[in-house]
Amino acid sequence: MVVTTSWYLALAAVLFSMGAVGLLVRRNPLIMIMCVELMLNAVNLTFVSLGSDLGDLGGQLSVFFVLVVAASEVVVGLAVIVAIMRRRQGATADDLSVLRG
Amino acid sequence: MVDLVWLIPAFPLAGFLILTFGGRRLGEPGAGWLATGAMAGSFLATVGVFLEMSGRDGHDRRSVTTLFEWVPAGDLTVDVGFLADPLSLTMCLFITGVGALIHLYSIGYMHGDGGFRRFFAYLNLFAFAMLMLVLGDNLLITFLGWEGVGACSYLLISFWFTDEANASAGKKAFITNRIGDWGFMVAIFMTFSTFGSIAYVDVLDTTATGTVATSTATFIAVMLFVGAIGKSAQFPLYLWLPDAMAGPTPVSALIHAATMVTSGIYLLTRVNPIIADAADWVPTLIAWTGAGTALFAATIAVAQRDIKKVLAYSTISQLGYMFLAVGCGAYVAAVFHMVTHAFFKALLFLGSGSVIHGMDGDQDMAHYGGLRRLMPITAGTFVIGWLAIAGVPPFAGFWSKDEILAFAWNENPLLWLVGLVTAVLTAFYMTRLVILTFFGRRRYADPRPDEVEAAWASATAAADAAVAAASAAVDAATADAEARGDDLTALEAVVAARDAHEQAVAARDGILAAAGARPEVEAIALEGAPDVGPVVDGLPEAVSSRADHHPHESPWTMVLPLVVLAALSVLGGLVQLPFAASTRRLEHWLEPTLFGNEVHLSLQGGTLWVLAVVAVAGGAVGILVAVLAYLKRRVDYRVFERPILAEAWRLDRRVADFMGGPGRVGFEATANFDSSVVDGAVNGVATMVRSEAGLLRRFHNGLVRTYAAGIGVGAVGLVVWFLSRTSF
Amino acid sequence: MDAAVFLISAAIVLCGAGGVLVARNPVHAALFLVQTLFGVAVLFVLQDATFLAAVQIIVYAGAVVILFLFVIMLLGVDRAEDLGVEPIVGQRPVAAVVGASLLGLLLTALLVSVDGPTGARGANAPLGDAGDNTRRLGEALFTDHVFAVELTAILLTVAVVGAVVLARRVHGPLAPLPVVVVASVVDDHADDGPPDDDPPDDGPRDIDGVPDGADGGADT
Repeated sequence: MVVTTSWYLALAAVLFSMGAVGLLVRRNPLIMIMCVELMLNAVNLTFVSLGSDLGDLGGQLSVFFVLVVAASEVVVGLAVIVAIMRRRQGATADDLSVLRG
Repeated sequence: MVDLVWLIPAFPLAGFLILTFGGRRLGEPGAGWLATGAMAGSFLATVGVFLEMSGRDGHDRRSVTTLFEWVPAGDLTVDVGFLADPLSLTMCLFITGVGALIHLYSIGYMHGDGGFRRFFAYLNLFAFAMLMLVLGDNLLITFLGWEGVGACSYLLISFWFTDEANASAGKKAFITNRIGDWGFMVAIFMTFSTFGSIAYVDVLDTTATGTVATSTATFIAVMLFVGAIGKSAQFPLYLWLPDAMAGPTPVSALIHAATMVTSGIYLLTRVNPIIADAADWVPTLIAWTGAGTALFAATIAVAQRDIKKVLAYSTISQLGYMFLAVGCGAYVAAVFHMVTHAFFKALLFLGSGSVIHGMDGDQDMAHYGGLRRLMPITAGTFVIGWLAIAGVPPFAGFWSKDEILAFAWNENPLLWLVGLVTAVLTAFYMTRLVILTFFGRRRYADPRPDEVEAAWASATAAADAAVAAASAAVDAATADAEARGDDLTALEAVVAARDAHEQAVAARDGILAAAGARPEVEAIALEGAPDVGPVVDGLPEAVSSRADHHPHESPWTMVLPLVVLAALSVLGGLVQLPFAASTRRLEHWLEPTLFGNEVHLSLQGGTLWVLAVVAVAGGAVGILVAVLAYLKRRVDYRVFERPILAEAWRLDRRVADFMGGPGRVGFEATANFDSSVVDGAVNGVATMVRSEAGLLRRFHNGLVRTYAAGIGVGAVGLVVWFLSRTSF
Repeated sequence: MDAAVFLISAAIVLCGAGGVLVARNPVHAALFLVQTLFGVAVLFVLQDATFLAAVQIIVYAGAVVILFLFVIMLLGVDRAEDLGVEPIVGQRPVAAVVGASLLGLLLTALLVSVDGPTGARGANAPLGDAGDNTRRLGEALFTDHVFAVELTAILLTVAVVGAVVLARRVHGPLAPLPVVVVASVVDDHADDGPPDDDPPDDGPRDIDGVPDGADGGADT
């Protein structure tokens, strides 16, 4: 059985959906960020697959940059969580509703 | 020079602005002279424009000078422009001329008043508004001036507003005018919707070609007529003019005699093509309204004792004549009468102001009498004004009134009859006024009825007190005698006290008998001073102080305008003498503005002579009856001065009752409708938005996950959309 | 051979993802994430993207996840979350719908289309084999895309500075978070983890346990 690009893409799609569901369902902010990481990984997989399918280095280049940005995003996100968690122990995403109308 | 026609209203406007913003430094006579100078400048500008215009050909005498575009709103463009044509220039001439004289007069009349500067500021503002009214080249500028004169009228009537009655009079004038203004506004709307423009040049030229539907022209004409009767105080919107006499006399002269009240006739004359195109009953309505009001007002003037009220009702009556003329198609006669009326009515008002000034503010003619020796120039000029208004040839009023009566006969003999009866009454009440004021015995030192009553009351009270004191003395003496036994002196004292008591009772009975038998004090003591009898010492202080103070002639600033106006009242008839075509100068002058709508008199020369003689005879009869009643005292004057006439047929009271009763219900209903339905709709939109926003803000629960869910749903939607656009 | 590797890696990835989803303890979730990242790295190698696989392990699994664990440990957010209760009404159904439809749609696009997913080559360097992948990547990055690389450097710097600013210790009392109805449903009595000394809502508390507000910081 030859592993075609479609297989990789399908896997990425599943991974992405799981990440999306997890983001919507979980309340702990750290786990929510981890779900975002899942989605980003799915996207990376898509890029690499299509890049190798088309024989283009651009896929891998994109992954490179996605990785950088994801890392910095995690850094800043965790800093925000630290700043919030200091004020109340055990705060979840549901507690941050100051913007409610 | 014609291009400088904007100078005419600019002078009084500048005067108003300077007086309002910088007049504090000018002080008392300075402010007056500035205002008078502004009016004089305006008059000179008018004369300049007039001279140039009269040098042109007949059909070239119309010039529109546009200053700038005022309202550019889609299809409607309104410019601020001035229409200089014979009609407007005629109006400007007498407005600025008579206005300047009245300004000069006011410098003397308002001397010492605290609001001197404010008065002249308002007068100049009024002059500006009136000039805009007559010079405007479209209905909106005329309306601007219309509203402006209404506002200035309010400001000037309630000039001494600290007195409640004056403030109410101002409000009454303004509100009654407003009812007429509604008609004017509706007419403007209809004019715009019919013609697409409200400039006179467009509207009148289009109407003159006869392309306007009769129903439209009727509607516009009737609405303009409603506006006119409000401003010119015809029935039923005349109620404000007598009350407006609460203002200073120069105001009454300028606004309510010479200028503002003539704006209604000016408007109707200006739109004569529309009236000509309207249904036949419209001019008839105008004529009968004018004639009816003239007669109605004349009957009331017969019984008024306030000198200014007589003149007010006289003004309403003369304005009725002008409406009668307009209704009969005699526009030239209406304008002619307007001009002569401005002269002699202003003269009469200013003269009455001079009398009031000399009598220290007393306006009741019962207290006048015999003033012609004390105020000779006032009396002389007043007599000229009287002769003019009574229609005595060759004074100005005769010529103009006779023109109107001739046209009235031409239209309908009944109208002529009403006009004739009014003329008789006019002669009567004006003669009555002149006699009561300037002739006969001097009544200013007489005790007044209320003062006599007070004297009798105090005398009887004193007599009662004396009786009570005497009986108390008797009781005291008796008690004293009983206490001291049969002491001779005590008994003599008792007898003396009893005698004194009898004398006091006799005196009191005498006073009561005299009081019961005393003659009734006449309202107007034509025969002699009221016989006060025994209580002459009990009269209040005011009586003796009045006797010491003599009425005097007025200063030259007040007397000079009287002389000038008297001269004009004599010579004013020269502009339109009916003898030959060459002497009908006013008719030729006004021809371009009339679009051929002037009715032609189809009367023979002989008929005209007969009508003139009958009119003069009627006037003579009126004068004669008045002389008999008031000067010769052969007829009892109370036959003419009925109470119902003095109360102006009680119409004012009925209107007030209606407005306060059923009227108020309607007003409150309208106010409630406005606040609940109209405001409710507007506020309801806002409330609805708020409540919907209140509903929608429930969606904002501030939770990140809800927003993430929203993003997820949106992402799914996007994918669906993209997929739907591809083909498989 | 490839197929077997692929299937095993796919299983690892999906199991890891499922673990992240259902793990109640955040530390467990972080470890499951590492599992997923390893699986993805293997898949990268299968695609001859050797450099990226290495970077994935080193940066993602080695740095980012460690960062996660640091924060978890420092903040003490290792309380287990009660997954049985969902305070927001309708969130679970919506999540199910979104996930299912997303998956369905993407799979439809992939599998039902006639030619499979298509793409076009960009103006990038051609892909080599696994051996010189690093060289080619380096060449492309620092010649064609050097500008972007510099920008990412700035981005990283900014992120570091921002993180320092955000996470610094603030002197004085901190304003407490307002209490809302959809309160935390953190299960205090988790069966795993050491017993706590502090109840959850005792007000602001510093990380190192020193009670804050020695100056009498205002409570809620």
